[in-house]
Amino acid sequence: MSAAASSRAVPRKAGSTVPVLVITAMIMAAWYAACLPMNNDLPQLARVTGLAERYQVSWAIERPVLPAPHQIVTELYNSTIGTRLFRETADGVVLNPRNLVFHAWVTLSATLLGFAMGSLLGIVIAIGIVHSRTLSKSLMPWVIISQTIPILAIAPIVIVALGSIGLTGLVPKAIISAYLCFFPVAIGMVKGLLSPDTMQLDLMRTYNGSVAQTFWKLRWPAAVPFLFASLKVAITISLVGAIVGELPTGAQAGLGARLLSGSYFGQTIQIWSALLFAALLAALLVVAVTLAERLTLKAMGSRP
Amino acid sequence: MSDAALDRPAGPAGRSDGLSDGVIDIRDLSLTFQTADGPVYALSHVDLAVRKGEFISFIGPSGCGKTTLLRVIADLEQASSGQISVNGLTPEEARLNRQYGYVFQAPALYPWRTIEKNVMLPLEVFGMTAAERTARARKYLALVNLAGFEQKFPWQLSGGMQQRASIARALSFDPQLLLMDEPFGALDEIVRDKLNEQLLRLWAETRKTVIFVTHSIPEAVFLSTRIVVMSPRPGRIIDIIDCDLGDNRSLDIRETPRFLAIAQRVREGLRAGHSYDD
Repeated sequence: MSAAASSRAVPRKAGSTVPVLVITAMIMAAWYAACLPMNNDLPQLARVTGLAERYQVSWAIERPVLPAPHQIVTELYNSTIGTRLFRETADGVVLNPRNLVFHAWVTLSATLLGFAMGSLLGIVIAIGIVHSRTLSKSLMPWVIISQTIPILAIAPIVIVALGSIGLTGLVPKAIISAYLCFFPVAIGMVKGLLSPDTMQLDLMRTYNGSVAQTFWKLRWPAAVPFLFASLKVAITISLVGAIVGELPTGAQAGLGARLLSGSYFGQTIQIWSALLFAALLAALLVVAVTLAERLTLKAMGSRP
Repeated sequence: MSDAALDRPAGPAGRSDGLSDGVIDIRDLSLTFQTADGPVYALSHVDLAVRKGEFISFIGPSGCGKTTLLRVIADLEQASSGQISVNGLTPEEARLNRQYGYVFQAPALYPWRTIEKNVMLPLEVFGMTAAERTARARKYLALVNLAGFEQKFPWQLSGGMQQRASIARALSFDPQLLLMDEPFGALDEIVRDKLNEQLLRLWAETRKTVIFVTHSIPEAVFLSTRIVVMSPRPGRIIDIIDCDLGDNRSLDIRETPRFLAIAQRVREGLRAGHSYDD
């Protein structure tokens, strides 16, 4: 069986590499091609003639409207691996704020805290909705309404309101993350906890199983695949929430702060490299959740 | 309902069959489902007494209420009127006291549990110790010829093996009453024959009371000590046939004149009760 599985897996893997590379190459080509028209009005290009020369200059401008991919990657390299990661202060060794990893960590910590809070809240709400008709009727509209309010509108309110009671930094950002990410978890878990079929539920009934036993032995394990699907969505929007939470306060640290300061000073390359880092971070987080999903579902006997 | 239960030790008056060892006693039971299209008469004036150690089959076309009747016995549906007692208790009391094992149309194994853990599920719910659970799972999996498959997950087993595991699960807490709702309906005929033989052997070994829902005439005749023929709209009993083929039946018995005669009577009952006009 394993031989059959591997012989099936190998050609599929080989088959997907080429299309991915082709698409990536096409996007890169379009990007490089777009650099000249996007940066056409900049003074650096005013006196340059000849198409080839104009392109060469357009890919090496210090503050371009659209930086070339290699400029972003270079900036990303310089601000991470090219900069000292730690710095010695009076308090001891800390992460160096000149290194992008420092900012990523500031955002990541808010992301993870918000993700944990939001997921827990979503699960609790789902359990309430599944077990109580009253809660289902009274809570569900609020859950839906909460997501119709643009996060950009509510983020400053949360930051200011919490700031006035002395809460600043990590927690307000985490709350904004949680506010965003509880929703997919709640919706997914309601579906998951209701997924056992009549027969599986009747079986528990013939054993005179309690509500708690039915929950832990049937509803919860049945909901686990739904939980992971939701968590994958939740972790990425958690990151978005943390970045958005850094924007309204003019925070000094975090990927959101880098985006903001980059836009103040026209440092487009810095903005893009922070964006790229955020994207890489999001991908890493999704991979981590997916890995946890695989291990969990494997232990739960899912078909490979 | 409690009246019926109290009557029992004295022996119910006016009934021909001795009920001193009665397991199930149903009198004038009706069940009506209220639907948007009006009432559906699922069961109408059903009378039935089941004695200890019997193997009873309910047979009839779809919609005749055979599954509904089984579900009423199991307290998964409630009767609209009439009386029913299970082991001298109301169906609800019987369910709360875990007096029966129920085998569904599908194995209904929990896919995230190994076969062994699935068999242990009721034992966990009842709060048995881990050692007791393991011992019972071993014993009953061996009884249904699934020794060696303890650590497999349900999807790794064939449909017939899965259903055998679900029978082991129903037997694991040793209920004296086994309710089986078309357990082999989804299996092919060869597997079904084999499982029928195994079930009969199991019944001979354990002498549990079995109520078995089926729509297969050979299956009903082969397995049962009595066959209850039902008909639809409204669901009712139209014939109860003694099936005195003796113990130690083998599949060859299906060629004997006695077997064919009983099968013929079941077929006639089904034909009489079923109008093909509607």
